[in-house]
Amino acid sequence: MAKEESIEIEGVILEALPNAQFKVKLENSLEVLAHVSGKIRMHYIRILPGDKVKVQISPYDITKGRITYRYK
Amino acid sequence: MITIKSEREIELMRESGALTAQVLDLLEKEIKPGMSTKQLDSMAEAFIRDHSAVPSFLNYAPKGDPDVTPYPATLCVSINEEVVHGVPSIKRILKEGDIVSVDCGVYKGGYHGDAARTFVLGIIDEKVQKLVDVTSECLERGIAMAVEGNRLHDISSAIEDHARSFRFSVIENMVGHGIGSELHEDPAVPNYGRKNTGVRLVAGMTLAIEPMIALGRSRRAISKRGGWVAVTEDGKPSAHFEHTIVVRLGKAEVLTRTFLGR
Repeated sequence: MAKEESIEIEGVILEALPNAQFKVKLENSLEVLAHVSGKIRMHYIRILPGDKVKVQISPYDITKGRITYRYK
Repeated sequence: MITIKSEREIELMRESGALTAQVLDLLEKEIKPGMSTKQLDSMAEAFIRDHSAVPSFLNYAPKGDPDVTPYPATLCVSINEEVVHGVPSIKRILKEGDIVSVDCGVYKGGYHGDAARTFVLGIIDEKVQKLVDVTSECLERGIAMAVEGNRLHDISSAIEDHARSFRFSVIENMVGHGIGSELHEDPAVPNYGRKNTGVRLVAGMTLAIEPMIALGRSRRAISKRGGWVAVTEDGKPSAHFEHTIVVRLGKAEVLTRTFLGR
């Protein structure tokens, strides 16, 4: 039986860390370390603790992700 | 955490692996158009219980996702555009020209065996036949890389390269996995990736390698919220083969290989 790995998942920012990294709590209650995607950086989209975001995760290392969208 | 199995554990896994392969052999003989997928399921369950074992998938619930109900059947029977996790039903009737992926897991003596094959019913489109053949080759190529000293994603990239060279697409959100006393253990074994990365493989690791390859361009298999069956994004057919293997020095040992040579 194949194991399912979510590629994209929603979460809430817990804490802002240096180097544009964030600690994000995901829908499935896991915590990951996520950095900000280039597109978000380019458009100076600000992200604060408490914001709801979309995070991409690779099945290779499910403790790290990339923030691709900040919900309004 | 990746566990290295002792010879004693591997011996037990050999047994559950062999039984898994026998179930698939039985289904390969019996499968024909007009049957319902539930019929296959009951046949497999009876066979497994006759051999004093338990179906691994029955009541399996993935961790960390409260939405999903425990899996209700022995087999996953996924027809055409269904990639994996097709739940057997009396309403799903197999017909000529279908490709049917059957995935089976057996729990015996404390350890799991997990294997899958895609069966072809009657005469099918040439392109779809090619897909099935290539997916099976992908699995063999993946297994060939699963030797001590190689790295985990050497397996992944061998599978991806072979599939891509025929312009087929690789499903990325479903992955192979470690296997042992749990059905899903670490590590995840994706079917795409870069050579020379990932953990170093050590003899005694047991992996379920399972390429899921599709026609068209779908990179993900999507399932409805809370549902099991996962289908390709563009509705194109997909094939799926799987073996449980032990990493060894020189050549991997396949635990779910049978006398039919598959």
